[in-house]
Amino acid sequence: MAEHLIDLVGVSKEYDGELALSNIDLYIRNGEFLTLLGPSGCGKTTMLRIIAGFEKATSGKVLIDGKDITDVPAHKRNVNTVFQKYGLFQNMNVYDNVAFGPKIKKLSRDVIDKKVREMLELVELSGYEKRSVEQLSGGQQQRVAIARALANEPEVLLLDEPLGALDLKLRKEMQIELKRMQQQLGITFIYVTHDQEEALTMSDTIVVMRKGVIQQIGTPVDIYNEPKNAFVADFIGESNILPGVMIEDYFVSFLGKNFNCVDKGFAPSEPVDVVIRPEDIKLIAPEDGTLSGVVKSVVFMGVHYEMQVQVGDDTFLVHSTTRAEEGSEVGLSFFPDDIHIMRKDVQA
Amino acid sequence: MKRKYYAIPYTVWMLVLIVAPMLLILYYAFTGQADGVFTLENIRAALDPLYLKVLGRSVWLALIATVICFALGYPIAYILSRMSGRKAAILSMLFIVPMWMNFLLRTYAWMTLLDTNGLINQLVTSLGMKRLQLMNTQGAVVVGMVYNYLPFMILPIYNILQKMPRSNIEAAQDLGANGFQVFTRVVFPLSLPGVISGITMVFVPTITTFAISRLLGGSQFMLYGDLIETQFISIGQANGGWNVGAALSCIMMVLVLLCMAVTNRFDKGGEGGTLL
Repeated sequence: MAEHLIDLVGVSKEYDGELALSNIDLYIRNGEFLTLLGPSGCGKTTMLRIIAGFEKATSGKVLIDGKDITDVPAHKRNVNTVFQKYGLFQNMNVYDNVAFGPKIKKLSRDVIDKKVREMLELVELSGYEKRSVEQLSGGQQQRVAIARALANEPEVLLLDEPLGALDLKLRKEMQIELKRMQQQLGITFIYVTHDQEEALTMSDTIVVMRKGVIQQIGTPVDIYNEPKNAFVADFIGESNILPGVMIEDYFVSFLGKNFNCVDKGFAPSEPVDVVIRPEDIKLIAPEDGTLSGVVKSVVFMGVHYEMQVQVGDDTFLVHSTTRAEEGSEVGLSFFPDDIHIMRKDVQA
Repeated sequence: MKRKYYAIPYTVWMLVLIVAPMLLILYYAFTGQADGVFTLENIRAALDPLYLKVLGRSVWLALIATVICFALGYPIAYILSRMSGRKAAILSMLFIVPMWMNFLLRTYAWMTLLDTNGLINQLVTSLGMKRLQLMNTQGAVVVGMVYNYLPFMILPIYNILQKMPRSNIEAAQDLGANGFQVFTRVVFPLSLPGVISGITMVFVPTITTFAISRLLGGSQFMLYGDLIETQFISIGQANGGWNVGAALSCIMMVLVLLCMAVTNRFDKGGEGGTLL
């Protein structure tokens, strides 16, 4: 089997002249959990629907296992979708919902029965066969939707914000569940979400999108630690983004001070965005830091305190387990490798 | 608590305009014309074989009209539901506008079309064919029924098809169903409640209609509605026509209620169970 399970080659999608996807090139490896992440309207759902076959790309090609499936209709593709609103068949009970795909394939009764029970077991809904889908809670309905999609033994499972309608606790449980199912089945999951935390916890690969353009592709750790631009930095986790100037390699200036950093390869005096994660900032005595400021607000967040520190005209977001008093003066400290330098985004 | 007072006008309305007439019908149906004493004589008279034959014909014609309305209405509703909002609005308007016209006027319009010297026959003879007998046939009565009640079939089905979530259809495609399977296994079963209410809304009025059969069917296709009308208007109160007419109405009501009980049961079965 090819290393690339799915290839998108130069895929664009226009709606009434509006560009929803702009010349996307992307490959998806066999067996990986890939997340399309971005704000609403970034084109992530469009991309999923093009892979599923519900939408036709305006231009470009979609390949599965190296075969061009651009013109293959949805019902002939070996991919299955878990819809945001579940799309369960209200006229059927749980069993018949899950059995829908196998029945269409005209499998024998015994095979269908075995498959349905296996799938319901996988999603931990054994014993719910005869229930009407209306009687189920949102979480249970979502499990039925997953079982129904997986009963067709797809090469790829597409999930369109499947946990969007669930409450926080249930969502966290289902994140772990989904990851477990994916590893147990060993099939490829393509997951669409706007929730960065969800993306970070579940994915092998994250594709960050914005306005129909891929911003960055990488592992969760890469994306979090080495965001390619200010948009990614801001979208993944919280960030302090400051305008700065790259004086020379490994040397950057912002807020009127100069700092050592670990980035190079910029033009002399090139304007850049400087990104510092709130949790990378340590609070020290005001006289010890290069920067100092006044604590404007303190909010207890559970594990840490979230504090706004006013430095000159700018406000820093700081996450720290030690609490500073509101109104007190503090110094800010960070390591050179916590300073992330980004080229100014032309789109921003 | 005070809110229940808002229901008073409605309750009065119901009592005066719905409950009281029903009670009156029951009263007339089960009392003698002369003495006002309880009797089953009217019911016995209403069960006359001649009347039962008319009832049979009414049910039969209503069934045919309902089947034709369904066969025409479902595809129209389906096509409408697949159209873009603007187009669908304009087209469904075309089906609704005739309903704004007077019912009798619409039926008279068909008379001029179907008449021996009507538009259709003018066309037929101009093509060199023999003049057709269109008026005063069962066919004319059914055409009149279908024409008048078709919108009542289309609208409930259109409503339910239009509200059907797109994800249901996409999910079926996604799971490997082709266009035909999507329709037979998902779309049609899910639209059954609309079909049921469409059938009820066509069948119940057509079974009791009287003007259509009179205008388009001449005198030979008397329907149950005509029978009731004759009893009340032509025979009149003095000759016991109100009493027999009320008895006929009761029989009709029982029949309609039975039909609705059957369709409702079918509806529930369709929603809960499987149709595969």
